[in-house]
Amino acid sequence: MNWIANYVRPRINSIFSRREVPENLWTKCDECGTMLFHRELSDNLNVCTNCSHHMAITPRERFTALFDAGNFAEVTVPDPIADPLQFRDQKKYPDRMRAAQKSTGEKDAMLVALGEIGQTPIVAAAQDFSFMGGSMGMYVGNAIVKAAQEAVRLKRPLILFSAAGGARMQEGILSLMQMPRSTVAIQMLREANLPYIVVLTHPTTGGVTASYAMLGDVQIAEPNALICFAGPRVIEQTIREKLPEGFQRAEYLLEHGMLDRVTDRNDMRDELISITRMLMLLPPPVKGHLTGPEEAAPNAIEVAKAPAKADKQPAKK
Amino acid sequence: MTHYLDFEKPLAEIEGKAEELRAMARVSEEMDIEAEAAALDHKAAALLKDLYKKLSPWRKCQVARHPDRPHCSDYIDALFQEYTPLAGDRKFSEDEAVLGGLARFNDRPVMVIGHEKGNDTSSRIQRNFGMARPEGYRKAVRLMEMADRFGLPVITLVDTPGAYPGKGAEERGQSEAIARATETCLQIGVPLVSVIIGEGGSGGAVAFATANRVAMLEHSVYSVISPEGCASILWKNADKMREAAEALRLTAQDLLKLGVADRVIPEPLGGAHRDREATIASVSDCLTKMLGDLDGLKPKALIKDRRDKFLALGSKGLAA
Repeated sequence: MNWIANYVRPRINSIFSRREVPENLWTKCDECGTMLFHRELSDNLNVCTNCSHHMAITPRERFTALFDAGNFAEVTVPDPIADPLQFRDQKKYPDRMRAAQKSTGEKDAMLVALGEIGQTPIVAAAQDFSFMGGSMGMYVGNAIVKAAQEAVRLKRPLILFSAAGGARMQEGILSLMQMPRSTVAIQMLREANLPYIVVLTHPTTGGVTASYAMLGDVQIAEPNALICFAGPRVIEQTIREKLPEGFQRAEYLLEHGMLDRVTDRNDMRDELISITRMLMLLPPPVKGHLTGPEEAAPNAIEVAKAPAKADKQPAKK
Repeated sequence: MTHYLDFEKPLAEIEGKAEELRAMARVSEEMDIEAEAAALDHKAAALLKDLYKKLSPWRKCQVARHPDRPHCSDYIDALFQEYTPLAGDRKFSEDEAVLGGLARFNDRPVMVIGHEKGNDTSSRIQRNFGMARPEGYRKAVRLMEMADRFGLPVITLVDTPGAYPGKGAEERGQSEAIARATETCLQIGVPLVSVIIGEGGSGGAVAFATANRVAMLEHSVYSVISPEGCASILWKNADKMREAAEALRLTAQDLLKLGVADRVIPEPLGGAHRDREATIASVSDCLTKMLGDLDGLKPKALIKDRRDKFLALGSKGLAA
C-alpha cells in the first residue's frame, strides 16, 4: 500500500491543489481559510491544524491511517449488474459512472478491508463521498453484505464509516431496496454477537442515515458532520423558516440522544480500538509500541495473521 | 363532483356536456336528448379506455395521488371487522399520519398498519398528508412487536409521499425511526404482507413495505425519490418530472419485473377512484392470497423468507 501513500496520494493532492495555489504545496481550509502545507495536512488526516475543521478523506487514506502499520487487505465486492434500469437523465448513468471511476480511481462508493487495529482483527468499510456523493446503490449494498459476511465468517467486529448524500437515484427502486438489504446484513452481525460500530462522517444523509448508518451498537460521529434524513434545504422549503445554527450537525445529534459520541478524527483510532476490544472481551490494548507504516511494511502479512494474544509480545522497536 | 386530472380534460368536457343535456331534459320534458347523451356517454367511455390503456409513468403518479382514490381508512372500514385503533409510540406522542390497530380480516385477528392521507382539508392537515413523523414509525414498531408476541399476521397499507421533512421530526430522529421500523419488519416471526395502495414514497414506504409479500395496485407507484425531486436534482428543473418519472421506473409493472413487487392488483378502468368498491374488493382478494401463501410457515421460516427475498433483490435488471 505504500506506493499509494507515498506516490499516488501526493500526486493526486498536487493535481488538485495546483489549480488554486501555485507551487502545489498548499491547501486552503474551507472553514477558516488558513493556507495549510499539504504534507502537514495529510499527516493530520485532513483536519485543519488551525481550526480543527474536518475535511474529506478518502477510504484509502482513512484505512492507511486506521490499520496497524497502514496494512490492510481489500475485500473484493461482488459486482452488481451495471445500469439495471438503463437510466438516463441529462447524461447516461454508465457515463456518469465512468467519469466517477476515472476521477477517483475507485470502482464505486465503498471500500471494504480486513486488517488489525491495535492488533485487534476487524472488518472495515468506508464510504467514499467523492464517488457520486457516496450514493448507495447496489454496489454499496453488496459491499455492506460482503463486509458483514466476512465479519461473521472471521468472527470480527465491523466498523463502518458512512458518508453519503443518500440513495443513488440512477438505480431507482433498487437503490431504495438497499435499505432493507443492508439492514439484513446488520442483523447477521447481531445474531453472531459481533459488534457493529458506525462512524458517521460529513455528510451522512437520506436513505443511508435511515438504514445501516443508524443501526450501530455504538454510534460515533466526526465533529460538525451533517447527519440527517431530510437535508436542511428541503426542511427550510417545507416549513419556510430559517433553521438554527448547528442544526443536524453531529454535536446537535449528540445533544438529542441520537449518537453515543462525537470524536476527533485523530482520536478515533484509539477509541475504536478501545471499544472493539472491550466488546470482544479482549484485554486492554498495549499502546505505543506499534511501528509506523514505513518500517513495518515488509511484515504486512505476518502482522495480519498475528493471533489475538499478540498484545503480550514485546514492542518491535 | 368528479375531480379530473389534467390529462383527463377532454373526458371532462364530454362528460360535462352529457351531464348538461340531461340537466336540460329534466327541466323541459318535451326535449328528447337521450340518444345524443348516450352517444356522448359512449364517446366518453371509449376515450377513458384509450386514456388508461397505456398510462405514462407520470400520469400513473397523478392517478396514484388522486384525492378521491381509496385511502387506508377506506380499506380498513370495508375489509376489517372489529378494528380497534391503538395509538401512540409510548415515547413522545401519537402520529395521526399512521393508522394502526387490532382488527379481524376474514375472521382472523391481525394487526393492520398504514399511512392515511385524509380526504378533505381538515383531515389532510390532521393526517399531515400521510407524511409520518418518527412517532408514526415508532408506533408501527410497537404494534409489529406486539403482533409478533401474540402471533398475529401484520398487514401494511402503504400510501405516503414520504417521511415528513420537518424540524421536529429531524430532532427526534426521523432516520433512526425509519431504520428501526425496517429492521422490525425484517425480524418479526409472523407473516407480514403489504399493499402499495397509492404512493410508495422512499424510506417512508420502505419502513412498512419490507414484507414477505408486496403487492401494488395497477396505478400505484413506488420510488426512491419523487419525480419532481429527481428532476430538480438531475435535470436542475422540477418541470422535467415527466422525464424523471420515466427514468425512475416507478410503476407497478416495472417493479414486478424487477422483483420488488410480487403481485399487481388490477384497477377498474379509469383508476381506483372510479370504482372504489371494486378496487377494495380486489385488494381483499389479494391480501387473502398473500396471507394464504404464508400459511403454516414457522417464525424462523418467515424471517428467512423475508431476508432471502431482500438479499436477492437487484440480481436482475429490466433488460434481463
